Amino acid sequence: MKVEEKLFKTKFKADAHEHCHLKIKDREICLKCDTKPCTAFCPAQVYTWEKDKIIVGYENCLECGSCRIACPYYNIEWRYPRGGFGVQYRMG
Amino acid sequence: MAQEKFDCIIVGAGPAGLSAGYTLAKAGLSAVIIERGDYPGAKTVMGGILYSQAIGEIIPDFYKEAPLERPITEQRVMVLTGESSLQLGYKTKEFAQAPYNSFSVLRAQFDGWFAQKVDQAGVMVIPKTVVDTVLKENNRVVGIQTEQGETLYGDCVLACDGINSLLSQKAGLHQEWQPQDVALAVKEVLTLPKEKIQDRFNLENNQGCAIEFMGTISKGMTGIGFLYTNKESISLGIGCLLSDYQKSLIKPYDLIEEVKSHPAIKRFIDGAKTEEYLAHLIPEGGFYRLPPLYTDGMLVCGDAALLVNSIHREGSNLAMKSGVLAAQTVIEAKGRKDFSSKTLSSYKKRLQKSFVIQDLKKYRKMPQLLHTRNELFSRYPQLASEIAAELLRVDGRPKAEKEKKIIKKIFETHSLCGWGKMLFDFWRATR
Repeated sequence: MKVEEKLFKTKFKADAHEHCHLKIKDREICLKCDTKPCTAFCPAQVYTWEKDKIIVGYENCLECGSCRIACPYYNIEWRYPRGGFGVQYRMG
Repeated sequence: MAQEKFDCIIVGAGPAGLSAGYTLAKAGLSAVIIERGDYPGAKTVMGGILYSQAIGEIIPDFYKEAPLERPITEQRVMVLTGESSLQLGYKTKEFAQAPYNSFSVLRAQFDGWFAQKVDQAGVMVIPKTVVDTVLKENNRVVGIQTEQGETLYGDCVLACDGINSLLSQKAGLHQEWQPQDVALAVKEVLTLPKEKIQDRFNLENNQGCAIEFMGTISKGMTGIGFLYTNKESISLGIGCLLSDYQKSLIKPYDLIEEVKSHPAIKRFIDGAKTEEYLAHLIPEGGFYRLPPLYTDGMLVCGDAALLVNSIHREGSNLAMKSGVLAAQTVIEAKGRKDFSSKTLSSYKKRLQKSFVIQDLKKYRKMPQLLHTRNELFSRYPQLASEIAAELLRVDGRPKAEKEKKIIKKIFETHSLCGWGKMLFDFWRATR
């Protein structure tokens, strides 16, 4: 089962793009980052590296907080989605 | 929100916050709980075992009405390697009777019920509201501000906002956690008909099974997996240190797929459908990493204070106990009309007197040992599996020869001295 299929099973209430709760502080830093671990450890594959650029698929974020703690450069600004938005666990 | 003042403002409607709210309400104090999710439970994740003792102290008859899955009557530990597994288990009918030992639960449902009980007791739970920061006057916490800029004042603020407690960071209580302080757990809830669950796990209608597994399945990362039976679903997951994920570049969703395909797990979940996929961080730092638990006008409870006993995979019970003890501290402070850190420091003393900090202290050396004794997730399980295979395989070779081979294997891993040191290290880490 692919991660996309897994995420499809989980309910999300995505907020509009201007309220995106994850931000790359400095995109230059990602260019210097060798292993880009966020593209591996993020359980929702929020971070993907495409054409020399980090793409942030915040809509699928499971709000675990890993990227805030384990980005080697602390280059990810992590907030909670606005009240009521984001992941909506039905089972937990 | 009206500009009124509460005795206590609780941030987060999880086990810590709800336990605190209930305790305060019963003592006649005014409190409010602010929750960022659409409903209590929308953001909560746990493996899925709820311990009766902790919730029973708050609501003694909880098991008569709470949405619980199955009382856990059997616990198994499995060591998984390659295609093999080594198992140990304990089953008793005693755990199938009141007051019960533990239950499997689905937290979104359980938290909803608990929040309702708290609401009935007189504490309002306000959902869909993110608390942005604490309000301070003369360097003491006097309230909170929501993301919409609304302010709310209270004599005391309880940070019960979980492992990602941005609030206690903003209040200046601690810095960011380190990747080795937390485990990243991924979990799937898989639906399966009741009859199949009961057949596959050898259970009666009112019995449940909890399995923990470790071994080379975590690919050398410090980690433990779990499988819990619910009424008509299975909670299956694995958690490994975030620092190990960071180094190994293993993808958690790939790892859980490997778990699902291991021969010891596969048949349990055969035909089951993934109903939900979840991820969460679990505190692992233990006693030495505990942050400050109080400051002027504020207390920190549950996961927000890293109160998790990862050795016994207990967390929600520590959260509930800490919520109750925080509430008792607030009640005492209210009586004295003094919410200074000096008065609130009795929260820490209460925790120290309870199992919460005593257990964390007992295992204080464990997290460090697990970092350095990586063999526990690589060579040791492999060795155990090889020994079992050698002992059980009937192949015409004399037993004495087999014994020799096993002893050789054992001492290829460590010398006698090395094994002695290993055992001593683990013994000492639990003293």
